Amino acid sequence: MRKAKLKVYRGTADAGEFKDYEVQVEEGMVVLDAIHAIQAKDSPDLAVRWNCKAAKCGSCSAEVNGMPSLMCKTRMDRFEEGEEIRVAPIKTFPIIKDLVTDVSWNYEVNKKIKGFSPAPDDKEWIIHQEDIDRVQEFRKCIECFLCQNVCHVLRDHDRKDAFMGPRFLVRTAGLEMHPKDTANRMQYLKDEGHIGMCNITKCCTEVCPEDIHITDNAIIPLKERVVDEFYDPLGKVIKKIMGTDKKGW
Amino acid sequence: MATYETHEHDVIVIGAGGAGLRAAIEVSAMGLNVGLICKSLLGKAHTVMAEGGVAAALANVDPQDGWETHFKDTMNGGKLLNNWRMAQLHAQEAPDRVRELERWGAVFDRTKDGRILQRAFGGHKWKRLCHVGDRTGLEMIRTLQDQGVHQGITVYMECTISKLFKDGDKISGAFGYYREDGRYVLFKAKAVVLATGGVGKIYSVTSNSWEYTSDGQGLAYEAGADLIDMEFVQFHPTGMVWPPGVRGILVTEGVRGEGGILRNSKGERFMWKYLPESTKDGFAADEAEAKEWVEAAIAGKRTEARRPPELSTRDNVARAIYIENKEGRGSPHGGVFLDISYQDPERVKKKLPSMYHQFKELADVDITAGPMEVGPTCHYIMGGIRVEADTAATRVPGLFAAGECAGGMHGANRLGGNSLSDLIVFGRRAGAGASDYAKQLGGFPSINEKDIEAAIEELEAPFHREGPNPYDVAKQMNNIMDAHVGIFREAKEMEIGIEKLQELKKDIAKVAVKGDKRFNPGWHLCRDLKNMIVSAEAIARSANSRPESRGAHSRLDFPDTDKGKWATVNTAVSKDGDQMKLEHTPLPAMPEDLKKLFEADKK
Repeated sequence: MRKAKLKVYRGTADAGEFKDYEVQVEEGMVVLDAIHAIQAKDSPDLAVRWNCKAAKCGSCSAEVNGMPSLMCKTRMDRFEEGEEIRVAPIKTFPIIKDLVTDVSWNYEVNKKIKGFSPAPDDKEWIIHQEDIDRVQEFRKCIECFLCQNVCHVLRDHDRKDAFMGPRFLVRTAGLEMHPKDTANRMQYLKDEGHIGMCNITKCCTEVCPEDIHITDNAIIPLKERVVDEFYDPLGKVIKKIMGTDKKGW
Repeated sequence: MATYETHEHDVIVIGAGGAGLRAAIEVSAMGLNVGLICKSLLGKAHTVMAEGGVAAALANVDPQDGWETHFKDTMNGGKLLNNWRMAQLHAQEAPDRVRELERWGAVFDRTKDGRILQRAFGGHKWKRLCHVGDRTGLEMIRTLQDQGVHQGITVYMECTISKLFKDGDKISGAFGYYREDGRYVLFKAKAVVLATGGVGKIYSVTSNSWEYTSDGQGLAYEAGADLIDMEFVQFHPTGMVWPPGVRGILVTEGVRGEGGILRNSKGERFMWKYLPESTKDGFAADEAEAKEWVEAAIAGKRTEARRPPELSTRDNVARAIYIENKEGRGSPHGGVFLDISYQDPERVKKKLPSMYHQFKELADVDITAGPMEVGPTCHYIMGGIRVEADTAATRVPGLFAAGECAGGMHGANRLGGNSLSDLIVFGRRAGAGASDYAKQLGGFPSINEKDIEAAIEELEAPFHREGPNPYDVAKQMNNIMDAHVGIFREAKEMEIGIEKLQELKKDIAKVAVKGDKRFNPGWHLCRDLKNMIVSAEAIARSANSRPESRGAHSRLDFPDTDKGKWATVNTAVSKDGDQMKLEHTPLPAMPEDLKKLFEADKK
């Protein structure tokens, strides 16, 4: 059975280093298994978040050889024999310890988005599948925050003070495009979430483990809607009259 | 002594999966101050992994459905050992809870006429599971999470509770630590709702995550509640078996609900052989009828054809797969074949997207082109903390429990889809029960400083002693449970298992860790082991005390289901000093009007 060489970040935000480990590779093993093997044998105090081990919970985000990914989906046989596998915490959020970062900022952003707001009625909802296919795409999000991690506004410019990031643009799009939602989040998107700061580099879309078309299906339509709302009053009136203001995303 | 921070809430809810979130929402809606405590980040709890759907008799697809049938299916699935009142409330209230989820933003798959779509599942007579592809749990947890957040619920993330406090006989609070940095935290509360989920980590092959370490069962047991039906552990028939790294990961029953066929290594469709005589009438007689049923289901049409045999209950399918293997007809890696590849690939990808990706990425198997290899994996525990059906109250005043950690609802075997509905029906009831209790209580009961000191001392101890590695001890517990109290059981094995568990307790008392308290999983496991051993012992003792096979409890030495005494009692364990006390207590008696539902069937 072959052995793999891992370099795993050990330490806190203040001090840390990549430490070397050797792990026996079993068939079908993923990087998260290797981390668990290290934990069980050498370092019970190695900090890592995980839950489902099946790419459903979005807990085990890390940067493996520089690639932001879910460790539970990153197979060890992807690497050449003898290739060094470097596992680092995601960069955009402060390190708590080892591979665990402080992602609490995301939960604070989420609180500010106006929740689902249907008009009150007691009747059964008749909603056709084709009208929610897009919303369901957004609701696949497992909150791994990899999109937040690679968004250069957050990662390179550290504008967490201003920009809500792709994850929450996806969430907002899911609410705005819900056929029964009545709220309007455009002012928020423009003035507080600062959707304008996104310049559509699509890095977020590339890393999404759920293959959500974040840029094309969520961010760009929201940007267009913000433009309609604030910079094209005539167009907005026409769309209202034509009854196409909530449709035709 | 180490310092700790203090918070005060009328009610604290421990666990933030479906049941905990729904409970917290209810407490908050009733105007009380609630604190929600979760071991993981919010939205990562085990509910997220539920795939197939939430069972509710909406009758959108099969208009013949109704709560009575759902109730009957649940009781029959549980081999009539269920708490009838829980099963009744569950069947009656699940539709409202599902509609409520929709009003809170859940986006279920739709029928052609725009209603909530429902799919077939094992043991359910009609198509009953409301779903979102194969990620229904994610939809539920995100909906509840957002609803809770917007209601302003206070959430304590990555916080583990290690102790419940009492003032006399009444609950007065809880103590624990933040995983992040190990700082201690005291919660003063009038009532506590336990919603901590299951115990799967005591077995080696499980669909459960690290969180499933029997926390609620352990805490409740220590506080004086009893645990019932602990012998009933559900091994889900279809977990992944290959490659080793993914062994145990769940393959949703939705695959069979959508027409997936089970075959052994000889290509035989073996499930017909294993249908219990009493249920045979409900299933297709041959391949042709099963095919007709699947085709009608795909086309969204009604049919007179009956369900395929793969949709038998989970206990039955798991046993069948086990026996096929034992008799040499298993797949290369100790499972059987589950095949959906005869259907249109695009439909399979649309209806079972995460299964498609899971096999493609983790096992190099394209499920639209060939069969999956599947085998049993520890999935769920039917048993748990004994509660009153209407209020979810335990016998400890101020302590409530809901979801998987509570017992009674599912009897000897749970039907797929009845867990998500259980979470929202009894999560809400536990929240209401705890709120009513807290309101009538008035002031906060007191917490003894000595109890806090003892709680801290217990948590600190693993740093200050030499002893075994907690991971090694957990592994030993897995080995004991696998070998002696697995899918098939017999007295001589279980007795050895119980003895070994007694020995293991000595190791658990000595486990030691290095490093400090900052996000130290080894340290966390030291405390978790104490909860795990409670369930391990309870399962072993309860199983050994029931000399019959019923539902998920299969005895090699007692293969038949008893019609006498054992059909009328629950097994209950409770703490008696240092010993585990075991009793057999009579089932709550079902009222005549409900009994008639079953008699009508016999005629």
